[in-house]
Amino acid sequence: MANENFEPKITCFVCNWCTYTGADLAGTSRLKQQPNARLIRVPCTGRIDPVFLIKAFETGADGVLVSGCHPADCHYNTGNYHARRRWIFFRELLNTVGIPESRVHFSWVSASEGKKWVDVVNGVIDKVRQEGPFEGYKKINNEFALPEEVEV
Amino acid sequence: MKIGVFICYCGENIGRTVDCAAVAQAAAKFPGVIHSEDYKYMCSDPGQNLIKQAIREKQLDAIVVGSCSPHMHEKTFRKAAAGAGINPYMVEIANLREHCSWIHDDIPSATKKAIELTRIAVEKVKYNEPLIPIRVPVTKRALVIGGGISGIQAALDIANAGFEVVLVEKEPSIGGHMSQLSETFPTLDCSQCILTPRMVEVYQHPKIKLLTYSEVENVEGFIGNFKVTIRKKARGVKEDLCTGCGLCVQKCPIRKVAKNEFEEGLANRPAMYVPFPQAVPNLPVIDRSVCTYYKSGKCQMCKKVCGRDAVDFEQQDSFVTEDIGSIIVATGYKLYTIDKKPENSPIQGYGEYGYGKYTDVINGLQFERIASASGPTSGEILRPSDSKVPKKVVFIQCVGSRDEAKGFTYCSKICCMYTAKHAMLYKHKVHDGEAYVFYMDIRAGGKMYEEFVRRAIEEDDVKYIRGRVSKIYEEDGKYIVKGEDTIAGMQVIIDADMVVLATAMVAQPEAPKLAQLLGVPYDKYGFLAEVHPKLRPVETSSGGIFLAGACHSPRDIPESVAMASAAAAKALVLFGSDMLEREPVIAKVNAGTCAGCFYCQKVCAYNAIEQKEIKNRAGEVIKVVAYVNEGLCQGCGTCNATCPSKSVELVGFKDEQIFNEICALY
Repeated sequence: MANENFEPKITCFVCNWCTYTGADLAGTSRLKQQPNARLIRVPCTGRIDPVFLIKAFETGADGVLVSGCHPADCHYNTGNYHARRRWIFFRELLNTVGIPESRVHFSWVSASEGKKWVDVVNGVIDKVRQEGPFEGYKKINNEFALPEEVEV
Repeated sequence: MKIGVFICYCGENIGRTVDCAAVAQAAAKFPGVIHSEDYKYMCSDPGQNLIKQAIREKQLDAIVVGSCSPHMHEKTFRKAAAGAGINPYMVEIANLREHCSWIHDDIPSATKKAIELTRIAVEKVKYNEPLIPIRVPVTKRALVIGGGISGIQAALDIANAGFEVVLVEKEPSIGGHMSQLSETFPTLDCSQCILTPRMVEVYQHPKIKLLTYSEVENVEGFIGNFKVTIRKKARGVKEDLCTGCGLCVQKCPIRKVAKNEFEEGLANRPAMYVPFPQAVPNLPVIDRSVCTYYKSGKCQMCKKVCGRDAVDFEQQDSFVTEDIGSIIVATGYKLYTIDKKPENSPIQGYGEYGYGKYTDVINGLQFERIASASGPTSGEILRPSDSKVPKKVVFIQCVGSRDEAKGFTYCSKICCMYTAKHAMLYKHKVHDGEAYVFYMDIRAGGKMYEEFVRRAIEEDDVKYIRGRVSKIYEEDGKYIVKGEDTIAGMQVIIDADMVVLATAMVAQPEAPKLAQLLGVPYDKYGFLAEVHPKLRPVETSSGGIFLAGACHSPRDIPESVAMASAAAAKALVLFGSDMLEREPVIAKVNAGTCAGCFYCQKVCAYNAIEQKEIKNRAGEVIKVVAYVNEGLCQGCGTCNATCPSKSVELVGFKDEQIFNEICALY
């Protein structure tokens, strides 16, 4: 499956206070990273609905990364704990919705961990690159795509 | 909706790796975008004018700026948009600098990414809605937690500015560690002589409400509007009746029943006691753990002798609730106990120094008491075991500090100075005595600090030995200190009469509990964390809560006082206005679809979700729905992700906005 020319698409959901700021720090420190990640900023990982992840895969992502403040460091006190609990349950459901667990990644990156952010991003990109493109939803999308001439 | 896109080169910062003109051209083709341009510096005045002009001329409803991180210039561009007449929250930022140009080298792939990042922002802004900042009133009253020198300074500064202060101290008297010190470096001022007038000033200040022997029990609310519950521990003495005559303390029959905390265990005290003679307030306390009455119901000597009938054995803890606008935490430090391994701590302690086993191996605060004129020896340097004058004293620095293997990694900062002071005080009082100091480095950064250490070495002939001590043991009534002199490269053995350990400063053991109550982050040592180490050193990530003194990190008196005044200034800034403006990014409930399951209430960390009754015309309750308290909501959005019927949404990060962002990709 692995293709040398394959460039994975990674959608990242990151919290505003820790990971987004950590990614900012990586930028300010000019720490180079692979250009495959796209960050979507939310206030807190607690804001992340698991449906966002499914939607990301549905619209073409090959991998998803969720990252927030370290346990006990949440800007909103407990949001990251809720995110962690949701993840524990959502992980069980991944199989049902047809998403391999190896494509969903979770990490804690603080505002001071620019280097760690780079390592996490590069690590996820490399892992998903090995997995190859995520075809599962594309097949379904094609199957249920409306014929082009139909007006909706 | 008419959207305008503005791509910034940031000089060469973005322009070097991102083809900004190509990004602007691509953005012009996004659905909804009717204006797109690029410019060298969007944040400059001409750049902002460009945006304003485009908004006015093309009647834009929303704008997207592709520039640096929103943490950097979101406010700038919001202001510019507001200047041109559109709502400032109709602005989104695509982070093309920190998240693109600075982290990539390849121009084509960076440009592609920049186009996608701009597309995300464009899709998001389509669902933005105009928002108005929330205004909440400010209660102009401060709470200061901790009555040491930091808390005293902060309380006096705020009170002198004309605002009320509630000062809470857990011990029976204010004064803190500074009241225990004999003299202070580098001037050798008498500590109590400079502190006690301040303590009295606090007590007599009409704007300061002093609650000693009290602890913060609960904190609710938010910046400008805290509700703080304080537990007033039962003294066993009625504060309003007691005159502080001290007769009860004199007559308490169990004279030496407990270790005197103020004297660091070098003396004993009765069950009824005043912590120290200059205590403020000058009110006694009953130590219920040792008092005969609480054991057998007998004695009651104090009650019998009290002319004011102020002794109340049945007194219970009471609670007071205070409305507070700003909180200053000044809970100070503790000295690390060398003999015992602290709970839940990886540190191993220094059993080989024999602290706790040998009476004459003491810590820094104990030496302060011995050297103090008001101490157990009335200021004579006498060793605790046999009250003889020690002729040879060894001082060991960095016991617990700067020791990754056995203690803490941090430097306790004050020990170099106070050890020099101790050695000096000893030499001033025992002229024929010998003082040795084992040190790792001398860290004497501060005004007149280095000169002070040089004085100890050159004028007072204190012998400094660079190296660590491996062992202390007793032999023929002497304490044999075995160490190394790393400069001479040889072993050193000193037969000392007394050993003083400069033990590490550690956080108060209750500090993490208090921090959790306040929602303030703390580090692995229990020191409370500031929001920015350089530019916001006294503020915490919780609005309206500030830090002063050694609860933040080891620091000496001048630094603590400066920090306390800084914290007071921050509180006064808050009190400068009647209303406080807050970001309107908060949750909102759709009462029409809310089923009243209140899962949102369970996950909310701020108790911001309330229950609201919906009534029909007849006034009957037809359903109960969730309702967001705008003052309490901080805008994390956990409720939004939790709601099964999607009836609560976080304005600014609504589901539509995020789904649109996701779908904009690829």
